[in-house]
Amino acid sequence: MTDIALDRLPQAEPHPSYLTEGHTVASWLLTTDHKRIAVLYVLSITAFFFIGGLAISVVRLELLTPHGAFLTDEEYNRLFTLHGIVMVWFFLIPSIPTTFGNFLLPLMIGAKDMAFPRLNLISWYLFVFAGLMALYTVIIGGVDTGWTFYTPLSTFYANGNVIAAAAAVFISGFSSIATGINFITTTHMLRAPGMHWTRLPLFVWSIYATSLVMVLATPVLAMSLLLIVAERWLGLPIFNPANGGDPLLFQHLFWFYSHPAVYIMILPAMGVASEVLACFARRRVFGYTAMIFSMMSIAVIGFLVWGHHMFVAGQSPYANLVFSFLSFIVAVPSAIKVFNWTATLYRGSITLKAPLLYVMSFIGLFTMGGLTGLFLASVPIDIHVHATYFVVAHFHFIMVGGTVSAFFAALHFWWPKITGRMYPDAWAHYGAMTMFLGFIVTFLPQFIIGYEGMPRRYHVYPEQFQPYNVISTVGALILAVAYLLPLFYLTWSLKYGKLAGNNPWQATGLEWQTTSPPPKENFEHTPVVTEEPYFYEYETHEGKGS
Amino acid sequence: MNPFSFFSRVSGYAVAIDDFFFALVALSILVTAIVFALLIGFCVRYRAGSPHSGGPRPGLELEITWMVATFFLFLFVFWWAASSELQALHAPAGTLDIHVVAKQWMWKAQQPNGIREINEIHAPIDTPVRLIMTSQDVIHSMFLPALRIKQDVLPDRYTYLWFTAKKAGAFHLLCTQFCGTEHSRMTGRLVLMTPQDYARWSSTQQPSQSMAAEGETLFRSLGCSGCHGPNSSVHAPDLTGIYGHAVQLSSGRTITADDAYIRDSILLPKRDIVAGYQPVMPSYQETVSEDQIVSLIAYIKSLSDEHALNAKGERK
Repeated sequence: MTDIALDRLPQAEPHPSYLTEGHTVASWLLTTDHKRIAVLYVLSITAFFFIGGLAISVVRLELLTPHGAFLTDEEYNRLFTLHGIVMVWFFLIPSIPTTFGNFLLPLMIGAKDMAFPRLNLISWYLFVFAGLMALYTVIIGGVDTGWTFYTPLSTFYANGNVIAAAAAVFISGFSSIATGINFITTTHMLRAPGMHWTRLPLFVWSIYATSLVMVLATPVLAMSLLLIVAERWLGLPIFNPANGGDPLLFQHLFWFYSHPAVYIMILPAMGVASEVLACFARRRVFGYTAMIFSMMSIAVIGFLVWGHHMFVAGQSPYANLVFSFLSFIVAVPSAIKVFNWTATLYRGSITLKAPLLYVMSFIGLFTMGGLTGLFLASVPIDIHVHATYFVVAHFHFIMVGGTVSAFFAALHFWWPKITGRMYPDAWAHYGAMTMFLGFIVTFLPQFIIGYEGMPRRYHVYPEQFQPYNVISTVGALILAVAYLLPLFYLTWSLKYGKLAGNNPWQATGLEWQTTSPPPKENFEHTPVVTEEPYFYEYETHEGKGS
Repeated sequence: MNPFSFFSRVSGYAVAIDDFFFALVALSILVTAIVFALLIGFCVRYRAGSPHSGGPRPGLELEITWMVATFFLFLFVFWWAASSELQALHAPAGTLDIHVVAKQWMWKAQQPNGIREINEIHAPIDTPVRLIMTSQDVIHSMFLPALRIKQDVLPDRYTYLWFTAKKAGAFHLLCTQFCGTEHSRMTGRLVLMTPQDYARWSSTQQPSQSMAAEGETLFRSLGCSGCHGPNSSVHAPDLTGIYGHAVQLSSGRTITADDAYIRDSILLPKRDIVAGYQPVMPSYQETVSEDQIVSLIAYIKSLSDEHALNAKGERK
C-alpha cells in the first residue's frame, strides 16, 4: 500500500492545510484550489437547500386544510415552482458532484488539482450568477409554470417571469457542462502512476458516469429553454399549435434532459454508498466490476427512457410500450447495485458509525423508490397515477431518500478529511434516525392518496385526502428538524470537535493517506498505486471472486 | 373484499388494474422486507468483533444469478402491464360519444343529443362511452380516478378516452395537467346513471337543438353549404356518407375521415387535399370556435347515418 511512506511525513515536515493557505476573502473568491471551490459550493448549495426547503414548508402548512388557509392560488403555484426549480437545479444536480466530486476526485486519483482549475472556478461563478438570477426571479414576483415549463402554458398563458427563470436555469446548465468536462478530463489525464481504470474507487466511476450524462444531456435543456424564450419573447412559432407548432415537442426535448438528470442526481449517491459500505464492513465492494458496468449502463440506457413521462400526453400507444420496456431494462442495473451493497456487508466486520447509518437509510429508501418506479414503468398503472401524489412520493424517495441521504452520508464520512475535525457521533446518529423517520412519515402517505387519485400541484383538494395531508405535514416538520440538526452540530464541530487525524476510519483510498485537512498540493509526493481499491483487512484472495 | 375499500372502482377495467397494482405492492413489500432484513441481519451477525466475520464470499455465479432473475422478473411485469394496455387500447364500435372542450379553468361537455354541461358529465352505465376531447388554450388532462383512466387534452388536436362503467353514482373528475392559476379548481363530477335514468335525464333537459341540427344551421350560416351543398356549382367534395370512410388524397395517401380529419379540413384545408379537387377552400381558423367545430362534425357525421344515406339514394 502507498500509505506507509506518506503517513510518517507530516510529523517530519508539517505543511499548511488548504484552509490555512490564505485568510483573505480574495484568497477564497479567486482560488483555483479544487478543495476551496468545493467548500464554496457546499456553502452555496446549502443556502439553496434551505431556500427550497422553506418554500415547501409553507406549501405543506397550507395543505393542512383542503380549502386553502393563507395563500392565494397564485402564491401557492409560485411557491411549489420555486421549490422545484431551486431543488432540482440549484441543489440536487450540483449536490454531490460539485462538492464531494470536486473535493475528492483529484485526491482519490492522486492528482494535485483538476485538469482545468480556472474553468472550475468559472463554473462556480456561473452557478452563483445563475442562482442569484433565480432569486431575482423570486423577488420580482416569481414564476408559476412548475419546474417543467410545459408549453403552451409557459410560452403564452403564464403570468410569471418565465424568461428570467429560464435564463437562470440556462446559465446554471453551462456550469454543469463545464464541471462535467473538467471531471472527465481529470479522470482521463491526471491519474497517479498505477491508478488503472480497474483500480479507480467506485465514487470516481460514479462521478465519471455522471459527467458523461451532464455533458451530453444539458445542451438539450439549453436548447429547449432557448426555444421557450424565442416563442414567448420573440413570438417565433415553435410550440404553439395555433401557429402550426407542436406542444408535445417541448415535452420530448425537456424529458430528454430531465430524465437523464435524475441519473445525474442518483449516480454520485451510488458512488458514495459503495465507498462508505466497504469502509465500515472492512471488505471489498461486492461485485466491483458489475458495479462499474451497471453505472455505465444506467448512464447510457437512461437516455432512452424519457417517453415514460408522456404515457398520457398523447404519444402513440406503441411508443408507450417501447418506453415502458426500456424503463424496465434500466431498472435492472439499479436492482443489481442494491443486491451488491447488501452482499458487501456479508461476512464483513461492521461498525455502525453515522455515515453507515445514513447509507443504510439510503439503500432502504432507494429500494422503495426504485420499486415504485416499476409501477410507473407499467403503462396502465402510470395512466392512473400519473401527475398524482404517487409520482411525487416516488421521485422524492429517489431524490430525497436517495440523493439527500447519500449527501449526508458523504458529509459525515469525509467531514474529518475536509475540516480536520470530528463531529459528535451520538448527535449524528440522532440526525440520521430523525431524517429516516421524518422522511417515511412525510412521503409514505403520499403513495396512498396518490393511488386514491389526489393530483399533484393542487392548492385546494377533495376533503377525503385531508388526514393523509396532515400526516405528511407533520412528517415534513420532523424532516425540517432533521435537516437543521447537522447544521448545528457540524458547525459546532468546526471549533470544538476533536481533531480527527489523517485517517479516522482506517479507510483505504488515496484521499485518506494525506493529512486532514489536506495541503494545497494534496500530496507531498505523487503516490504510486499498487493495489486494487477496498483491500480491507477482512478481505482474502480466495473470497474476492466477483 | 379489497383492503382499500374506500377506493371507488366502477368498471371491470378498474378492477383489473387494481389487481395488478396490489400484486405489485405485494411483490414490492416482499423485496423491501428481504433487503431490510438482510441489511439489519448482517449488521448484527457480522458486527465488529463477531467470530463470523471474514471468510470467502460467493463470486460471479451469484452475480449472474440475480442479474438473470431480476431481468426475467421485470420482463414478466412488463408483459403483464403491456398486455393489459393492449386490451384496453381500442374502444368497441358504436360508443356513445360525448364531446369535451377544456379551457382555463372549466370543462365543457356536450352530449350527443345537444345537451351542454359545465364541469359535469352524465353518462350511462353498461354502455361503452367515448370522450372526444380538445382544449381551447393550454394542455389539460382529464382524470377519472374511479375508472383508473386519464388522458391529456391538447389544443388543436383530439384525444380520446373510453370506458364501460358498471356502477352508478357521482365520482371525481379532475384536471391533472398543471394549467395555470386555478388548476386545482378545474374539477367536476362524473355522474354515472342506469340507462333508464340516463334516458329520463336526457329527456328532461331541454337542448335548444340536437348537436347535428345545430351543426346544420352553422353549415349554412358559415357558408359551407355554398360549396359542399348538393346544388352547388363549385367543385367541392360531397360530404354525404364520408364520415368513417376512407378518403383518397391528392398526395396519393388514403386517410380515414374521422373527427380529427374533419377538424383539420375545416381549420387547415390546404393540408390534406382530396384527390381530384383544387385547394380553393379558405381556412376557418379565425371564424369558428371549438364548440362550433364539434357541432359541424356532428352534422357531417349525421350525413352518414343510415336514413341520410337512404335519402341520398332516393334523391338519385
